[in-house]
Amino acid sequence: MSEPILDIRGLEKTYRGGVKALGGVDLQIERGEIFALLGPNGAGKTTLIGAICGLVRPTAGSVHTFGQDLLKNSKKLRQRIGLVPQEISVDLFDNVIRQVRYSRGMFGCPADETRIEEVLRSLSLWDKKDARINELSGGMKRRVMIAKALAHDPELLFLDEPTAGVDVELRRDMWLQIGKLRERGVTIILTTHYIEEAEEMADRVGIINRGEILLVDNKDAIMRRLGRTEAHFTLAHPLSQLPVSLAKFPLTIESEGTCLIYRGGDGAGKGKREVAELAQILTREDIAFNGLETRDSSLEDIFVQLVAQKQDQAT
Amino acid sequence: MIAGGINFRAALAIFKNEVMRMFRAVFGSVLSPVITTSLYLVVFGAAMADRVEADPGVSYGAFIVPGLLMLTLLSESTSNASFGIYMPKFTGAIYELLSAPVGFVETLIGFVGAAAAKSLILAAIILGTAALIVDYEIRYPLFALGYIVLIAATFSMLGFIIGLWANGFEKLQIVPLLILMPLTFLGGTFFSIDVLPEPWRSISLINPIVYLVNGLRWTFLGESDFPIAISFAVTVGFLLLCTIIIAVIFKTGWRLRE
Ligand SMILES: Nc1ncnc2c1ncn2[C@@H]1O[C@H](COP(=O)(O)OP(=O)(O)OP(=O)(O)O)[C@@H](O)[C@H]1O
Ligand SMILES: [Mg+2]
Repeated sequence: MSEPILDIRGLEKTYRGGVKALGGVDLQIERGEIFALLGPNGAGKTTLIGAICGLVRPTAGSVHTFGQDLLKNSKKLRQRIGLVPQEISVDLFDNVIRQVRYSRGMFGCPADETRIEEVLRSLSLWDKKDARINELSGGMKRRVMIAKALAHDPELLFLDEPTAGVDVELRRDMWLQIGKLRERGVTIILTTHYIEEAEEMADRVGIINRGEILLVDNKDAIMRRLGRTEAHFTLAHPLSQLPVSLAKFPLTIESEGTCLIYRGGDGAGKGKREVAELAQILTREDIAFNGLETRDSSLEDIFVQLVAQKQDQAT
Repeated sequence: MIAGGINFRAALAIFKNEVMRMFRAVFGSVLSPVITTSLYLVVFGAAMADRVEADPGVSYGAFIVPGLLMLTLLSESTSNASFGIYMPKFTGAIYELLSAPVGFVETLIGFVGAAAAKSLILAAIILGTAALIVDYEIRYPLFALGYIVLIAATFSMLGFIIGLWANGFEKLQIVPLLILMPLTFLGGTFFSIDVLPEPWRSISLINPIVYLVNGLRWTFLGESDFPIAISFAVTVGFLLLCTIIIAVIFKTGWRLRE
């Protein structure tokens, strides 16, 4: 394996006031990959990105990019890093093209109108280049933020919730843009709350909660865990033992025999198939049920599961 | 791409961006200080000139031109620079400054340079306007220019520090209104402190602005209450103090990085 483009070791951040936002994060990102950081509100995603990009002072730990210590060579290295923040934070009274030029200059690049035009066109902003940013729609504003981050052609790009508050169509469009960047060899780290988003775009996914990375794995492996199905059959008559015909399913009996619970699946439809098959067998076996609820396990379920696993390991 | 460790392109980008921002609202940023200063000149310099006694041999109008110029320079430099760095903190646009290869020097050249440049433009307009209202001349034009540049730079730095320190619009106003304004008014803008009775004369000697006004007045009139060297030393001392404070702020990331 080649040297990681980003190497984070033992990164910690405790905010003033005592909130521990990062508790010793270790993470390696490979060149050219798209990495999705998946976690609920307050998990520490923005803090992690901020600590790498110079917005947050880490309390402990180290960050290496392109093989060098980021804190010691910050000027040289930051030039090759881009950041799209979570919030739309820009001088709203300025116009689009001036802001993009400004960003390019900030990163030490010579003026290049051709490149600026390319960036604006790629984000469908060329028509709006002279518009004042506060006159644009929310989705357009978000694209301006992306254009600013791309103006200096970063090799490593951080996107903090690129699709928050963006409608479905624009979200697809954003995914397409990110795909194009990947083709150009840009390494991308993005954060999201949405499982589908990680599924759609990422090569690898990291799950973060309460400032700790619980799991990092290939997308498919993660999806197998995430895509579990849970089905509750409410039985008409309590059951004390599972019939042999159901032994091959991952089943448990709960609520004093009145509830049959299926927990399984692989994220590729196996769960749903098995639940359907199960329903047929139950009917055939004359096990009457008067209620059926199914749901796919959510991110929250996975957190609970992962945290429980960790505690098990600890004890 | 970054020559000699300094990202000059970034410094220039910030400078241009700031100048553009400051002149976006021409009325507030240029017209209003010019009008205010002109009103002072009309009321004190022209209308009341006969009733007020200034230094012998100097008309009151000519006497207050450097004082008024100083008043404008101080308040404009301070407020422009403080606003310049406070706004991105307020809107969150500061993220770009922090994530870019930009440090102390680039930020200083960009923000302080732009604020100081604007003050110099204002100074030129005010001196031009003043010439229409009262008769005055500048005895040592080169010294005057140098001193004005020095004052503009120093107080833009002070403004920059205030803008970093402020975490609300109110704090942005406190120093200019509660400290600078009174000190300037009492610092000999409209009178020579020699006319003050004791103990007020001695007390006003602790006011550093007295030396600034005195220095600028010397370049205009060729005479002053104190030796020009003292004025110069006070100004440069203050400039150095501000530079050190800003350097420390950048080193520690105070009010910049969480
Ligand atoms: N400036 C700050 N001062 C104090 N605490 C903070 C600060 N910024 C964030 N925190 C706290 O740190 C924790 C992590 O916040 P962070 O913004 O990194 O989460 P996140 O994963 O990005 O959440 P979201 O998905 O809502 O954006 C939270 O508990 C938050 O309240
Ligand atoms: Mg966040």
